[in-house]
Amino acid sequence: MSASAADMFDRLGRGMSSLRGWIDARFPMTKLIKEHATEYYASKNFNIWYGFGVLATVVLVLQLVTGIYLTMNYKPSAAEAFASVEYIMRDVEWGWLIRYLHSTGASAFFVVVYLHMFRALLYGSYKKPRELIWLIGMFIYVCLMAEAFFGYLLPWGNMSYWGAQVIVSLFGAVPVVGEALAEWIRGDFYISDITLNRFFAFHVIAVPLMLVLLVVVHIMALHEVGSNNPDGIEIKNYPDSSGKPIDGVAFHPYHTSKDLVIITGFLILFSFVVFFAPEMGGLFLEHANFEPANTLQTPEHIAPIWYFTPFYAILRAVPNKLFGVALMGLAVLLPFFLPWLDRCRVKSIRYRGWTYKLALSVFAVSFLVLGYLGLQPVTDTYTAMSRIFTAAYFAFFLLMPFYTSREKTKPVPDRVT
Amino acid sequence: MEPADNDVADIASLQRGAKYFVNYCLGCHSAQYVRYNRLAEDLGLTEAQLVENLMFTGERPYDTLSNSMRPEDGIVWFGIAPPDLSLVSRSLGTDHLYNYLRGFYVDESAPTGSNNLWLENTAMPHVLWEIGGVKRAVFEEIEVGGALTRSFERFEVVHEGTLSEGQFDEVVRDIVNFLDYIGDPVQVERRSLGIRVIAFLLIFMLISYMLKIEIWKDVD
Repeated sequence: MSASAADMFDRLGRGMSSLRGWIDARFPMTKLIKEHATEYYASKNFNIWYGFGVLATVVLVLQLVTGIYLTMNYKPSAAEAFASVEYIMRDVEWGWLIRYLHSTGASAFFVVVYLHMFRALLYGSYKKPRELIWLIGMFIYVCLMAEAFFGYLLPWGNMSYWGAQVIVSLFGAVPVVGEALAEWIRGDFYISDITLNRFFAFHVIAVPLMLVLLVVVHIMALHEVGSNNPDGIEIKNYPDSSGKPIDGVAFHPYHTSKDLVIITGFLILFSFVVFFAPEMGGLFLEHANFEPANTLQTPEHIAPIWYFTPFYAILRAVPNKLFGVALMGLAVLLPFFLPWLDRCRVKSIRYRGWTYKLALSVFAVSFLVLGYLGLQPVTDTYTAMSRIFTAAYFAFFLLMPFYTSREKTKPVPDRVT
Repeated sequence: MEPADNDVADIASLQRGAKYFVNYCLGCHSAQYVRYNRLAEDLGLTEAQLVENLMFTGERPYDTLSNSMRPEDGIVWFGIAPPDLSLVSRSLGTDHLYNYLRGFYVDESAPTGSNNLWLENTAMPHVLWEIGGVKRAVFEEIEVGGALTRSFERFEVVHEGTLSEGQFDEVVRDIVNFLDYIGDPVQVERRSLGIRVIAFLLIFMLISYMLKIEIWKDVD
């Protein structure tokens, strides 16, 4: 390197460090980077289950960015919405890619969030001292459901239309105020241009703001208590002489370099869908939604998009509408109480007894089967199955205090394995 | 149901499909999201070829494939306005379209004189009768759970078409191929881009994995 180049880099370096000093005197930049990245220690034994949090963040950013670009060409009006989506798909430069990234991203969001939540069930991440992280996470999940529901109306296809009609009409089951409530949500007597406009407002600004805020709070709470790990033990209890956990490694560069591999792997799978199967056989983009909304003709078979079908199956398992809606609401509400329903002090599935392992397996199978049943037309066999698996779903939560309090657990090691 | 077995990468088939589409379908149906100049570009046609072969009523190249039939007239004439076909391959599927277009048979009781095996009481007349011929459907009465139902047995030729059965099937396949293409005109390009994107990501993953190994070297 010539003397002048070395001199230039030297001066650049000094310039950067004085700029950092200038900022740090006015904003805790270096402090934040240390607290949340270079000096945030997380267990070194994370497995693949610990990748879904960062993947959820990646998908959130993807949805925000593609969403902004879609908004530039989408028209939130009953007369123009469907055509404007086709305009994006055909006439806007790279519009098809932006739209497929967004539509695939919606499903990917639920895939990674469901797996992220399942990780918490596997390793007891909702237990003390992480109850608030779990609660905030559940609020994120409910927001995500609202976001997906509002967004699904926007293409103004026939399934968008009738799906929204069915879901909003559920509020009509509430005694006394039900009909007025449904009308208040729609802003009209049926799903109309008015409804589309307000759903657009919720989808592009109100709910995303909530989501971003809740995600920030979720991560702040996580970094306050520290991440759990597959052994479910507190690495903070074994610090070295400098106070840093012996079994922990700094989030940056250790976990970030690992996450980069996970993110890339995820993007490969994601690309397979976006480029080769964006409809995912009618699961991610439903066939009936390629017909514009028709107020006079319902699709042959109305089914919500796949990530809502477990709850839809629970709704349909009950013959009484009000009771069905209440039970569906309860199905979403119960997981909030998980930190207090689980009486076992051992966190990780690795050291828990057979009762919890069995219960968790039954729960996972029930959720998947209910998801499948929610996609199918109603038959006697399917209804009977829905009832059995609905019972299993609720049993997991409601019987939890009993089967977890007398659980025979294995000894938990002091240090991560 | 027989599979359509069409290939959207087959440009010659798409060109023939486009020709059949403007001649047989566009009179009543539109493809309102499809532009002529996009067709020309994707199907490898020059603007002169485009105007000569596909544009008959003074449209401009950037126009979409619309027609002059008013929906109100469609309702009076057929009982239903002929639907726009831009996305029909995505809502109904190519296999359905392939079988539907080959499933017309004589039915004197129907207003159009024909019915369809795959869409009972379809409002659409048998537009392709001249090339496909006229067929009669033979049904068999069978008992299912105590009730008598009709089960399709076979077609009988009433009037030969100008094309053989095999040639006619090829024409229908070309039309379905064209409908498949206009349903998602970017699909061929999308798949080829996908291969390149995934190839890049695989290489990137390898490099990021090597970086991870390097950084984690000092962790026991």
